Amino acid sequence: MTSAALKPEKSPKAPAVPDEEPLYAARRAIYPQSVHGRLRTTKWVLLILTLGIYYLLPFVRWDRGPNAPDQAVLIDFPTRRFYFFFIEIWPQEFYYVAGLLILAALILFLMNAVAGRVWCGYLCPQTVWTDLFLTVERWIEGDRREHMKSDAGPWTLEKVTKKVLKHSVWLLIAWWTGGAWVLYFADAPTLVKELVTFQGSTVAYASIAVLTFTTYTLAGHMREQVCTYMCPWPRIQAALTDEYALNVTYRYDRGEPRGSVKKAALAREAGRKAGDCVDCNQCVNVCPTGVDIREGMQLACIQCGLCIDACNNIMDKINRPRGLIAYESEANLEARIAGKPPVRRIVRARTVLYAALIAFIGLGMLYTLVGRSDEGIAAIHDRNPVFVRLSDGSLRNAYTIRLINKKLEDRRFQLSVDGLPGAQLSVVGVESGTDGEVISIGPDQTREVRVLVTHQGKLASGASIPVTFRIRDMVTGATASTADHFIGP
Amino acid sequence: MSTSHESHHAPVDGAGGPSTTGHEWDGIQELNNPLPRWWLWTFYATIIWAFGYWVAYPAWPLVSNYTSGVLGWNSRSAVVEQISDLQKLRAASSAKLANVPLEDIEKNPELLSLARAEGKVAFADNCAPCHGAGGGGAKGFPNLNDDDWLWGGTLAQIQQTITHGIRSGDDEGHQGNMLAFGSILSKADISNVADYVRSLSGAAPGDTPAAKKGAEIFAANCATCHGENGKGNQELGSKNLTDGIWLYGGDKATIVQTITNGRGGVMPAWGPRLSPTTIKALTVYVHTLGGGQ
Repeated sequence: MTSAALKPEKSPKAPAVPDEEPLYAARRAIYPQSVHGRLRTTKWVLLILTLGIYYLLPFVRWDRGPNAPDQAVLIDFPTRRFYFFFIEIWPQEFYYVAGLLILAALILFLMNAVAGRVWCGYLCPQTVWTDLFLTVERWIEGDRREHMKSDAGPWTLEKVTKKVLKHSVWLLIAWWTGGAWVLYFADAPTLVKELVTFQGSTVAYASIAVLTFTTYTLAGHMREQVCTYMCPWPRIQAALTDEYALNVTYRYDRGEPRGSVKKAALAREAGRKAGDCVDCNQCVNVCPTGVDIREGMQLACIQCGLCIDACNNIMDKINRPRGLIAYESEANLEARIAGKPPVRRIVRARTVLYAALIAFIGLGMLYTLVGRSDEGIAAIHDRNPVFVRLSDGSLRNAYTIRLINKKLEDRRFQLSVDGLPGAQLSVVGVESGTDGEVISIGPDQTREVRVLVTHQGKLASGASIPVTFRIRDMVTGATASTADHFIGP
Repeated sequence: MSTSHESHHAPVDGAGGPSTTGHEWDGIQELNNPLPRWWLWTFYATIIWAFGYWVAYPAWPLVSNYTSGVLGWNSRSAVVEQISDLQKLRAASSAKLANVPLEDIEKNPELLSLARAEGKVAFADNCAPCHGAGGGGAKGFPNLNDDDWLWGGTLAQIQQTITHGIRSGDDEGHQGNMLAFGSILSKADISNVADYVRSLSGAAPGDTPAAKKGAEIFAANCATCHGENGKGNQELGSKNLTDGIWLYGGDKATIVQTITNGRGGVMPAWGPRLSPTTIKALTVYVHTLGGGQ
């Protein structure tokens, strides 16, 4: 730097002294200060609510009767079922999961169109767990000043003890986070018993280990770097936002020029403009990602609004109106500067579109969910050969038919084929009785059978006759059907 | 910061913003946003990982060989290991199939689907090249879906055929040939017999002079194997000529060719190649294709 200062001034066109800046930067330690306020309270409530749901949901019971698990939320891989309270999803109904993902994306878009990255600030697991880990850190190592002082000072027994304690508690939380995860995949009380008696499966222990490691690393060590460098959402969000979205914003028109309380008071007395920002840096100190909101919207800002709380507290103290930093839209900011009436447009094309899409997909899913039947049938026509000529000259088509019984009891279905008068139907491995071909299926199961349909009469050349396979419950009379074709030469 | 102090710093993008690298193209300046250092260390770690990988696993080609790696891993032994794992996994279900009599498998839905699943795969691996993916057959290779059987379509007969083959060289395999009558009968006689044979299945009129002559020749030469009324004989593997199903083709030219030159298709014996359980599964699969008796 000194040598550079001695050199003659370079022209502004070629100002390069790029080597002074490092290519790689070490992480700047962030010590967010604790803060109290409306948004902080909201965050506490959401933290307790979301983590409470996550940790306790596997233990909620839901009676489905015999032959079915009584866990309210269960992803049952061995039998390929997903249980969610009164809903049971089969593998072929995976579109509900796809639908949920689409809904989640659209809700995220809607949240973003209304109030920026509220997801990031309040509900994102990375934010919630980091918040929890920060709370532990403050509780053990003290708030911002104390923690900074301790970190800058020499290693003492007390400091070591505190660090060990902190990391132990972090690991404990991380371990319990991983532990709660595996409980969603098996009967929770049984699994807990197995885990503590070291009877659990390797997969369970490995999953817990991986999730313990990732939780500890991401929430304890990576923190804001996940949001800034790893997460794609800030980039996507930047492409989705518009001037009406509410974002955590510093109202620079009100805040600038900055100055101390005294200077501002003097300036006002003299009739000069004075900003409300007293440059106390509280908004920066409380920020968990270490940004200065007064520099405007930026990638690293997760919009948790803690700076709003911090600033409001200061404004209260110096008797200035709250809201120097607030959820504010670009349009409103500009309107205010131009002296126009405030702009609040939550209802606009994109929010209406997102809401309509959410309602459409949500209602569609609900409609199909309510209209689901407890039995199903699917048929595949043999492709090779498509038909067979038998020795007596009759024609036969073969089908693979899968019957579905979603009820939790044994059921017997009568199988029949319509559309081809005189055709004979037989099921491989099933004796034909007085009721015709009756196929029994166990509770909550499917059964695949090979079905042969034989036709005696003559068919037109190249015939492809639509037929319908129908099953009828021998007890309840419930039916299901599927369409296929009978094909001739 | 004063302007003079700033002059020897890299230019800054706006107030308090990141500095620029000093590179400029058409007025667009490149911001200098340094990457996080852990990113760099992650990059170094991948390089070290690569070196470790070269040492641990087969990696470098040599003149006539390759570096085998200290772990001794190779894809061939990995496959062998996976197959043995799979066999262990299947041991229970294979044992079930092996211990139940062939006739009882189809009565048990669980065993039936097990046998059909295993049989389907074994069929695709071993039988499909001749008999077609779905057992539909081809010229000279019987369609296994119909109810016409040369050597019988009961479970035991199918199992016997699969195990020992046809004209396969296996002592217990099916023998018997369609003789070549080209040197025994005249061309005119062969033509007449062909007309008669076609009339048996209703493919041609039976009251023509040629067919009537053919009937006499048939009685003298063919009835020994195919039976007096042409119904065939499964003991000899001789074809039923009265149905509409043909192995080599039912047009006159093909029948003339068959009578003149004879036929003797070969099916290999699968007993030495496949396990008894697999043959059992294959038997059930073929039997349930639709023609099982």
